[in-house]
Amino acid sequence: MKKLINSVDSVVTDALRGIAAAHPSLRVDIENKVVFRADAPRPGKVGLVSGGGSGHEPLHGGFVGYGMLDAACPGEVFTSPVPDQLIEATKGVDGGAGVLHIVKNYTGDVLNFEMAAELSGDEGVEVATVLVNDDVAVQDSLFTAGRRGTGATLFVEKIAGALAETGAHLAEVARVAREVNERSRSFGVALTPCTVPAAGKPTFELSDTEIELGIGIHGEPGRTRAPMREAREIVRTAMDAIEADLPLSGETLVMVNGMGGTPLIELYIVFAEVEAYLREKGATAVRSLVGNYVTSLDMQGFSVTTCSLTGELTRLWDAPVETPALRWGR
Amino acid sequence: MNTQFFAAWIEEIATAVRAQRDHLTQLDAAIGDADHGANLDRGFTAAQEALAGASPQTPGALLVLVGSTLIRKVGGASGPLYGTAFREMGKAFGEAPEISPAELSTGLNAALAGVQRLGAAAEGDKTMVDALAPAAEALAQAVRDGLKPEEALEAAAAAAEQGARATVPLQARKGRASYLGPRSVGHEDPGAASTALLFGALKAAASR
Repeated sequence: MKKLINSVDSVVTDALRGIAAAHPSLRVDIENKVVFRADAPRPGKVGLVSGGGSGHEPLHGGFVGYGMLDAACPGEVFTSPVPDQLIEATKGVDGGAGVLHIVKNYTGDVLNFEMAAELSGDEGVEVATVLVNDDVAVQDSLFTAGRRGTGATLFVEKIAGALAETGAHLAEVARVAREVNERSRSFGVALTPCTVPAAGKPTFELSDTEIELGIGIHGEPGRTRAPMREAREIVRTAMDAIEADLPLSGETLVMVNGMGGTPLIELYIVFAEVEAYLREKGATAVRSLVGNYVTSLDMQGFSVTTCSLTGELTRLWDAPVETPALRWGR
Repeated sequence: MNTQFFAAWIEEIATAVRAQRDHLTQLDAAIGDADHGANLDRGFTAAQEALAGASPQTPGALLVLVGSTLIRKVGGASGPLYGTAFREMGKAFGEAPEISPAELSTGLNAALAGVQRLGAAAEGDKTMVDALAPAAEALAQAVRDGLKPEEALEAAAAAAEQGARATVPLQARKGRASYLGPRSVGHEDPGAASTALLFGALKAAASR
């Protein structure tokens, strides 16, 4: 294993020191492992808190700032944060209007956020929770832990964050967050596995001629393995899975997301195919993101996320945002 | 079984988890996300430190402290699940200075109920419950049969071990392995494997 780390045990803390040094717009509590907006808490504004395992950068710390999250809690690599961290974040962003927890649907994340919400509630902070579960690769929800939260997390954080910035109430911010999730779908493909620092070797084996279809964002293997083929055909498989679950139509927000080790030039090739697929189905990619946003360490591959827009959602997507990883309009 | 016995149990667990850290992580890499060994190692190391700092006076207080530490330090699903298991067992023991096998059995059932309430897993879902439930049942049976404490713990450890091994052919229906569907078949569940380690450590503490 070759990685730019000082030691396996200090990966998260060392990265937090870098985030703190690079971004004066953030206040990083290194001891409790919370990334705050420097101006949190904002009186009268609903606070947005998200968090999850590390290794998905820029998610979530890179999305803390004006118009998006108020705080992010990074856990160990691929391990959800602990309740203490989440409580610290929740209390730290509560400006009296309550706090929205944005939780990706994984057993660990759900359990730790649940405990934190309960304990924060005991201390007088009103907490609402939205679960993100956009990954269509997990099919049989009755016999699994349910669909995973992946790329749509970014959409939820951006759009709910924009609404919170207008002074909307907690229930209203939670409603729009759930609406974004319901209108979003994702599918991921890996060309290579990733290497978790503590494990020291790749999480699974994949030959030069194979790809994994339906991967999540934790280096876990996908649902099936398939032969490597042209980008066009790989995209078709991914988009067919999305289309089969929620037919694509109308104005669509599209993200082609790199898993961490994918050259941007390949992501643009993928985006061209995704856009063509949408047109074929009568949908239009009116807003787009191409880049590394919800990653899986050094994995090569991509995920595609679509969100069927409404007038309100488009306005909120276009609203100003100023975070380390996403900024426009301000 | 007094406070000292349960402190020895935690010590045995920490040692076993450290020794099996890479093995647990590799089991997790196959059907999960390759962090189980590292997480439990961090958790039980922290639990030992917490015990050294607080010196709890009863088995119940000791286990509640271990559970709270796991919840605070581990993260993932295993933190809240193992944390709840230890806390529930500790609460079931109350203020008693000495725990009989029958009381241990009651505590274990409370732990199992806590884990199932939180994780909503049933036996056969390919989770830690597949080791915990048979161990609790084996201990209850040993108490009914009037076995000596060491024999009772031996039976519980054997049942946990067997339960963990029996997860190999199962398809996961809970937790991260469930995302793999049929591809989760053929691998031992890391949570069941670590639960078996806990019972092995209990047996080791008894034979000290």
